[in-house]
Amino acid sequence: MILRRTVRFLDERTGAAPLMKKALRYVFPDHWSFLLGEIAMYSFIVLVGTGVFLTLFFEPSLAKTVYHGQYAPLDGVHMTKAYASTVDISFRVKAGLLMRQTHHWAADVFLVAIVLHVWRVFFTGAFRKPRELVWYAGIGMLFAALLEGYLGYSLVDDLLSGMGLAIGYSVALSIPFIGGNLGLLLWGGPYPGIPQFESRMYIAHVLIFPLLIGGLLALHLGLIIARHHTQFGGKSKTERRVTGLPSFPGYAPRSIGLFFGVMSTLFLLGGLVQINPIWLWGPYDISQGTNGAQPDWYLGWLIGALRITPGFDLTIGNYTLVPNPFWGGVLLPMAVLAFLVLWPSIERRITGDNAYHNLLDRPRDNPMRTAVGFAVTTCLAGVFFAGAGDRFYASLAIPYAPQIWFWRFFAFVLPFGVFWLVRRFCEDLAAEDEAEPSSGYEPEPQSSA
Amino acid sequence: MKWLWSLLALLLGRGRRGAPAHVERQRLIPEQPPSPRGENIVLALLALAALCFAAFVAVYVLDRLPDHTQLLGLALGLGFAFAAAACIVVSRLLVPVEEISEPYANEPNVAQVEEVEQLVGESGSRLTRKRLLKVAALGTGGAMGAAIIAPIASLGPAIDPDALRRDGWRRGMRLVDSKGRPLSADHIESKSFYTAFPQDVSHDELWAPLVVVRVDAERLDLPHGRDPRLWAPEGIVAYSKICTHAGCAIALYRAPLNEATSARPALVCPCHYSTFDPATGAQVLFGPAGRPLPQLPLLIDERRELRAGGHFSNDVGPSWWGVRRGRA
Amino acid sequence: MRIWLVLLAALALAPAAAADRGRDLYFANCVWCHGAGLQGIESAAAHSSPGNGPAGGPPLLGVGAMAAHLYLTTGYMPLRSPTQQPKRRRPHFSAPDIAALVGFIGAHGGPPVPHVHPERGSVKTGLTIFTEHCAGCHQMVGEGGIVSGASVPALKAATATQIAEAVRVGPYVMPRFDKHDISPRELDSLVRYVLYTDHPDNRGGWSIGLLGPFPEGMVAWLIAGIALLALARVIGEGLKR
Repeated sequence: MILRRTVRFLDERTGAAPLMKKALRYVFPDHWSFLLGEIAMYSFIVLVGTGVFLTLFFEPSLAKTVYHGQYAPLDGVHMTKAYASTVDISFRVKAGLLMRQTHHWAADVFLVAIVLHVWRVFFTGAFRKPRELVWYAGIGMLFAALLEGYLGYSLVDDLLSGMGLAIGYSVALSIPFIGGNLGLLLWGGPYPGIPQFESRMYIAHVLIFPLLIGGLLALHLGLIIARHHTQFGGKSKTERRVTGLPSFPGYAPRSIGLFFGVMSTLFLLGGLVQINPIWLWGPYDISQGTNGAQPDWYLGWLIGALRITPGFDLTIGNYTLVPNPFWGGVLLPMAVLAFLVLWPSIERRITGDNAYHNLLDRPRDNPMRTAVGFAVTTCLAGVFFAGAGDRFYASLAIPYAPQIWFWRFFAFVLPFGVFWLVRRFCEDLAAEDEAEPSSGYEPEPQSSA
Repeated sequence: MKWLWSLLALLLGRGRRGAPAHVERQRLIPEQPPSPRGENIVLALLALAALCFAAFVAVYVLDRLPDHTQLLGLALGLGFAFAAAACIVVSRLLVPVEEISEPYANEPNVAQVEEVEQLVGESGSRLTRKRLLKVAALGTGGAMGAAIIAPIASLGPAIDPDALRRDGWRRGMRLVDSKGRPLSADHIESKSFYTAFPQDVSHDELWAPLVVVRVDAERLDLPHGRDPRLWAPEGIVAYSKICTHAGCAIALYRAPLNEATSARPALVCPCHYSTFDPATGAQVLFGPAGRPLPQLPLLIDERRELRAGGHFSNDVGPSWWGVRRGRA
Repeated sequence: MRIWLVLLAALALAPAAAADRGRDLYFANCVWCHGAGLQGIESAAAHSSPGNGPAGGPPLLGVGAMAAHLYLTTGYMPLRSPTQQPKRRRPHFSAPDIAALVGFIGAHGGPPVPHVHPERGSVKTGLTIFTEHCAGCHQMVGEGGIVSGASVPALKAATATQIAEAVRVGPYVMPRFDKHDISPRELDSLVRYVLYTDHPDNRGGWSIGLLGPFPEGMVAWLIAGIALLALARVIGEGLKR
């Protein structure tokens, strides 16, 4: 009775009953790999929630203060208010450390989920017409998330993240011609810049980027809803008909369960596994450094790229055209961005396929795309692991200089071999399937209008 | 009174499925058997979840407990885990199993696309000089954009990058350690390294931090034009502590006890392991740095204290378009 | 009466006996690289050693009991090959033998084994000194790392005496810091800080190695990533067969 009254009340004032019925019966194709994007989304929600909590205690100021608090080794030490307030959150605010650690774990896991999700979408060809715009919004969110995470942990002004900011500054400076101007613009002066740089990072991190990611997310979801989610082919699952669970009551408990599961994972990590113990790193000072300084995992490919670049600045006359950090810090990420953004168009060009695709490929069904994906992943993996070369030396006694050469080979030579191997493997698998269709999976023929 | 009993019976009775008594309606969701076992499991899980959340509140209040953060996280995390499990059991055992189907929207709305085109086209039917108006609008738009963007330049001294060449060292400025005590030439030992700053200057200037080491006289091989008497008095050399690759502090010094069996002395950066040779004007031995560290000339005054002998040999900090690289 | 004479004689001769033992040990184990007169061996072809590789080691005249004690108690010495990096391992010699060798080398001049008092120092002061002098190689909480051409050991196993000795000696490619740079009082604080890093404040939970983002990334992928993939697998369907 109450339900009918409520729905009627809303419908009389908004005309929303047809929309509600449509929403309740909206079709969700069901496969576990379609949940990866949701995991990312729920991590984002946790980020916003715990983030709001942190903003109520964090002081985004580089003004100096003297710490007098519970952590004895820092008592009486001069430090910025940003760092001091973060130590306070960790030691004094009730549940503060839980929220801080959950927030940081959520950021790391957010990007793990995004990478898994991008792999799924790429290898199944879900980005094809008519869903290219969904893909672009997604890639936008990926890069926004990378930058957002970097800004977030750099706000704290501890020794580790401060070293990372200096590197970010040098990457800005390394842009040919305009790099020096850009660095001065962003930092308000030569590094470490004016105190207001902290305010700039802060407003970017708590307002501008969350709005950007949220907006792209809304666009991403809206576009998916407009055209329905893709599906793997099967009985009554064709290019023309989408079959699956209704959003209510079928899909809703699964989604809500996944949401609670993500929350559970993140809060368990946030309470049980220590992350970024900034009170141990100490406050940042431009004249100090620590061994083993690393960015968060999702920027590991950039530190690796910076480490394996051979030592040279490209000069013309008295001018430095391309300072060294440019290759790893700017060119590589821009190349990856370009590859990701252009790939739907490139694939369309190569295959000549301009049709609507609502059915997903299994990776083996498109050997070329799968091989390209594996090759690019291999390249990025090589660059990524190069960034951990010091740990491999320290823990496994593999000398550092030869390692650099190994990772260069891994990143720039091995992908070609991987491409060839994976393409052969996919073609062999597909040939087997044709000879012996055992899986019962029947994709539509590729050329459907 | 009958009303009240009927209402109570309706509210408290065990869930009855089937169509409401007053209308015969066709089922929208297929009829499926109940699962009391499923319901019991869900109830148990929900109870456990509630218990964990209550535990969270209790632990929160009892903030003198040891491992407080771990207990908080455990309580909250387990609470959500049980809630998640409850939802999953609901989805598996208690929700009617359905598969529904809909057509994909595969065709563009050709008619409306054409109508849109027609609408926009016809709305311009009163214009005689479309091209000119378009150009004018674009031009004005561009100027408007430029005006809106222009205040971004207030963010920093972007127009004149001379600030990047800032070097506050002057001949005679005293070198001090991090506590402000002057550096004495007599206490600069070989196989050690010292961080130095200009006296009475903020440590937050990029040109301020120095690394000072003593080099063996036989190994000294400074670049052309640097007189050892000024650039390495008694073998003492000073370099900017800020790496020319990416701006980290050069915090490592490789100082072999027995040079015959290990690598030569070198200043090393912890970020990407750029390695510089202090005996040769901080030439790059290994790593991605593209230019040597800037060197500061030194004087030893009558009190045997170290003072700057002039400016740096080249610009401090990471490279950029107009960085002065000095002579190699 | 006689028993007392015997005991006295033993006491008087003990140092001499120890010195003899030290000399014997030296000539059995160290002379190949450090020379009969502790002058060091420069040329690779001069002597062949029982192990593999060429001989060649620095002079030990004037290094003192301090350096000998450091190298022997950490197991840095004996070293199989002079070009190898000394690594911490179980000491090759027993404690009395180490004492004998230390006595022998100390008798040739140089600083004695230092007495350090970490309880007199403060962790706070030690943190400042450690950050400026040590963290670049040894990492902020002594987890070690690398420098170009050498690995840098973690400091968890180091005793207070060994820490003080390493600071003054500068073994292998480590710089050395004398008393003008780090005073004895500051050294007490530095040692106290290093000992603190053996059990630092880990109120956030499992410290996963105290190395920062590297193990954190591993946890994000191998714990959270796998758990969430498993969760997705449980919640969602597989491909219908």
